[in-house]
Amino acid sequence: MEVIASGAEAVITLENDTIIKTRIQKRYRVKDIDEVIRRERTRTEARLISEARRCGIPTPIIRDVTDFQIKMEYIDGIPLKKIISPLLSQMIGELIGRLHGCGIVHGDLTTSNILWRDNKLFLIDFGLAYLDKTLEARGVDIHVLFQTYESTHENYEELIRSFKIGYSRTFKDADEVIERVKQIESRGRYA
Amino acid sequence: MSDITILGLEGTAWNLSAAIVNEIDVVAETIAAYKPAAGGIHPREAAQHHANHINRIVRETLEKGGNTISAVAFSQGPGLGPCLRTVATAARALALSLDVPLIGVNHCLAHIEVGRWKTPAKDPVALYVSGANSQVLAYRMGHYRVFGETLDIGIGNALDKFARSVGLQHPGGPKVEELAKQAKRYVPLPYTVKGMDFSFSGLATAAQESSRKHDLSDVCYSFQETAFAMLVEVTERAIAHTGKDEVLLAGGVGANMRLRKMLAMMCEDRGVRFYVPERRFMGDNGVMIAYLGLLMYKAGSRTSISDSGVNPNYRPDEAEVIWR
Repeated sequence: MEVIASGAEAVITLENDTIIKTRIQKRYRVKDIDEVIRRERTRTEARLISEARRCGIPTPIIRDVTDFQIKMEYIDGIPLKKIISPLLSQMIGELIGRLHGCGIVHGDLTTSNILWRDNKLFLIDFGLAYLDKTLEARGVDIHVLFQTYESTHENYEELIRSFKIGYSRTFKDADEVIERVKQIESRGRYA
Repeated sequence: MSDITILGLEGTAWNLSAAIVNEIDVVAETIAAYKPAAGGIHPREAAQHHANHINRIVRETLEKGGNTISAVAFSQGPGLGPCLRTVATAARALALSLDVPLIGVNHCLAHIEVGRWKTPAKDPVALYVSGANSQVLAYRMGHYRVFGETLDIGIGNALDKFARSVGLQHPGGPKVEELAKQAKRYVPLPYTVKGMDFSFSGLATAAQESSRKHDLSDVCYSFQETAFAMLVEVTERAIAHTGKDEVLLAGGVGANMRLRKMLAMMCEDRGVRFYVPERRFMGDNGVMIAYLGLLMYKAGSRTSISDSGVNPNYRPDEAEVIWR
């Protein structure tokens, strides 16, 4: 067993070809709150991963869900941050268009949370995902991704243009959301 | 001795305060706090209070420490409109009569900067919690970015609102904290964190409902445990996200010992340092306004009279940080 990531909320380990995401106990929270939150979030995350797949978005296959733990398929792909191109960005746009069309907001879209395997894009880490159909939630979701583009990729303007083409192709309300993204940018938050 | 001496005026809400600082320390400070006769802060009454006292507190502050003043700084926002306008008017008049520059400062950032001055914190994730404001901020590329914030009311107002509804006098926060110490058990209340943001309005209402069925001290305890856990969780997320290794607590609600203890625990578990300024620098105070004014003065910032209008919704991430 190998620890591959340790975030604010969970520890992720790898066992053979299975990822184990365990939400860890927080000493500062009373036990009643802590257990309820960890249990609910674990359940929600697993549900949204499966629901996204039903909407045609490649995600890890869930193998087991217990109180504070999800066991899921390990996607042995290449993080997009290493290979991003305008064409791939357009494919990301298509992927997120489908996700939003399905009513899901990812909440943490970065080029590290999208993997390339078998000529397909996989979306991972639904830890902050939730169901929301508002322009604001969708706009923030995309804004966060564009910020990753800007901070880590030189040709970010081209990547953003390509994303928008793909997003408009799979999602009917794309124009409104893109309009909202501009507004969110001008507010200058969610850095 | 330092040459630059700034007079700062604070009066965004309940506390009217004037202070003089130089680069080394606080030179003088005078305060006049508004206490509502009943209920919470009434914006017009608070503004009237500020208008009644501002002459006196400025005069006393200047008598205590003001031989030469380099500039007058004031809270340009955010805050209650009538209060902001009263204090801004006084600041303009004072700058003109002393013939020195005027500097409008962001009230939220003043809370953080005074903390960086009066504690060893250098580049912290700041949890700023007061009556009207609840935000998690950190500096990045020319701005203090808001990483998470309340989607409705500030934690202080939530505590006050709940406290008033169960018959506790304003300000309710300290009374809730006292009662919580006698609690026997936790009563479930809604815990609302959405991504990096939190919400307190529903919690205050639920706590009010809950107090009809449960012991008041249990509800006070549960309110604190729930609300503070939300704040600490988002603060921890911001640390993980930014990779910073310090947490600074700012704002009046930072006086709460349970909140401090929870933050200290989280920081210890994550291996980051935790800083809390002296209490007089936590709630609204003139010192922080004077000190941010000093930083801005040194960086060459001046506010012309025509640009000195107040902004009750002045966001901390709008302010260009030229002093760091």
